[in-house]
Amino acid sequence: MLEVKSLSKSFDGFKAVNNANLDVQKGEIVAVIGPNGAGKTTLFNLITGILRPDSGTVHFKGENITGLPPYKVCRKRISRSFQVVNIFPRLTVFENVQVSILSREKKTWNLFTPSSKLVTDETSQILENVGLVEKRDRTTALLSHGDRKVLEIAMALGGDPEFLILDEPTAGMAPEETARCIELVKSLSGKLGLTILFCEHDMEIVFGIADRIMVMVRGATIVQGSCDEVRCNEAVQDAYLGGSDVCLM
Amino acid sequence: MLKGMLEGRGRIWWAAAIILMFLLPFILPRFYLYLLSIILLTGLLATSLNLVLGYGGIFQFHHAVFYGAGAYGTALILTRTGLSPWISFIVGPLVSAALGLIIGWVCIRLSKLYFAMLQISLGSLVWIIVYRWYSFTGGDDGIHGIPLPDILSSSNNAYYFTLAVTLICLFAMHKIVRSPFGSALQGIRDNPVRCEMIGINVKRHQLLALMIAGFFAGVAGSLFVVVDNTVFPDMLFWTLSLEICIMCLLGGWFTFLGPMLGAAIIIALRTFVSTYTTYWALVLGILMALVIFFLPNGVLGYVEEKIKKGFIEPVIKE
Repeated sequence: MLEVKSLSKSFDGFKAVNNANLDVQKGEIVAVIGPNGAGKTTLFNLITGILRPDSGTVHFKGENITGLPPYKVCRKRISRSFQVVNIFPRLTVFENVQVSILSREKKTWNLFTPSSKLVTDETSQILENVGLVEKRDRTTALLSHGDRKVLEIAMALGGDPEFLILDEPTAGMAPEETARCIELVKSLSGKLGLTILFCEHDMEIVFGIADRIMVMVRGATIVQGSCDEVRCNEAVQDAYLGGSDVCLM
Repeated sequence: MLKGMLEGRGRIWWAAAIILMFLLPFILPRFYLYLLSIILLTGLLATSLNLVLGYGGIFQFHHAVFYGAGAYGTALILTRTGLSPWISFIVGPLVSAALGLIIGWVCIRLSKLYFAMLQISLGSLVWIIVYRWYSFTGGDDGIHGIPLPDILSSSNNAYYFTLAVTLICLFAMHKIVRSPFGSALQGIRDNPVRCEMIGINVKRHQLLALMIAGFFAGVAGSLFVVVDNTVFPDMLFWTLSLEICIMCLLGGWFTFLGPMLGAAIIIALRTFVSTYTTYWALVLGILMALVIFFLPNGVLGYVEEKIKKGFIEPVIKE
């Protein structure tokens, strides 16, 4: 479904992403792992058009989407959530998700129908699915960190995606919030049949929900394969454990 | 007509206030009626600025250009062509909207303060053209004694016209703020990157917002022609832009009616203070400093905060 080929991007000579390769099949959950600074977020930024790659290609469902601006990538039904919470702090929880849906339905050029009468059912439905329905009228600046991360995902869902990119969905969450978030991600894949690409530092989560794993080190893909293949791969052990023989996890 | 603006019990108060506004010419002397007209149209100007400043997060620091463009557009058609005066009232705002599109199109590729700087430069360019082009705009003399249709020539009728047009424009802008476009605009203000990522073409939305704001600023300019019968280049000077920015901040730039309130406070205060001292700018400066320190959300923002405090805590400043 998504195919990334030898993608590269440097900043002032620093190769943040250097020959990254990735393929994701429909319905899969694929994790991207790698040490801090390996270029995971930059890779996501390249896929979603926030950054333009220096070289390499991104194909989605056979179509070349390399270098499209983010709003056009989004219209291909690719949504993402961000590692650092990236929401609309002055709007309410409900409005945050609503804007996302309005945008997908191309209603944002409508000047005279009150927003409050549009796509309310769908917004409520999404909030219900992610468990934020009681907090719908709160200004998002007042939410807890965990709730904001969930709202991130809810906003991404507003775009009715086929392909969902989650950048460290559980970063900074309390243990019970993490558990809730993982249930949510699993249900998105199970119930809604979304294809999910995510990155995460917690190996327990990665090996718990991913079908396949791609490992990045210093901007380059060193391996992509099933959990077992990755677990005992020497290059991965090198990167993570400094060359011991112990398998990850 | 104003249903959208009115909520719950407030509705009766609004209706009463509007009826009172329409009755004022029977009790107020002519000078105060003139002052009220100026407050209304300046409030409209400040509200149009707030559409892009408070709701759009675009630092349009030279908004008066569109006010002046609307006023000159109307005045030039009234004095130099034989067209119906009513056409001039449409053309003025359209000129402003077109200017908003042109200046916006150039500036929008920059953001925040860089946008502001470029916008001030281009705005000042328009000002100097108007200021120096004697044969067309009258230069620094401006244009005086602009002929108006008979029905608008009495000060009462000019007031009624200003009041009605201002109310209609406020109603329209309120609609826009509450529309999906308004929601998208507020999203862009809060987080442009995220907006792109949910599929919004940020620049195009901002450009439309700048055009709409320009249009309503142009309406305010045309109203000034009706109320004052004159236009002059100072209407496009950046000090006026600064003053309407202050009106937005003073009234509350995250509230819809804040800029109108800010305009009322500043114009009333200026009129009052100027009878005692020539140092009006000093008073304004001190006032502004106090507002920034004690009422960061403006007067109306402060009031709203107090009202809400019972069940929702105030919004945390970014």
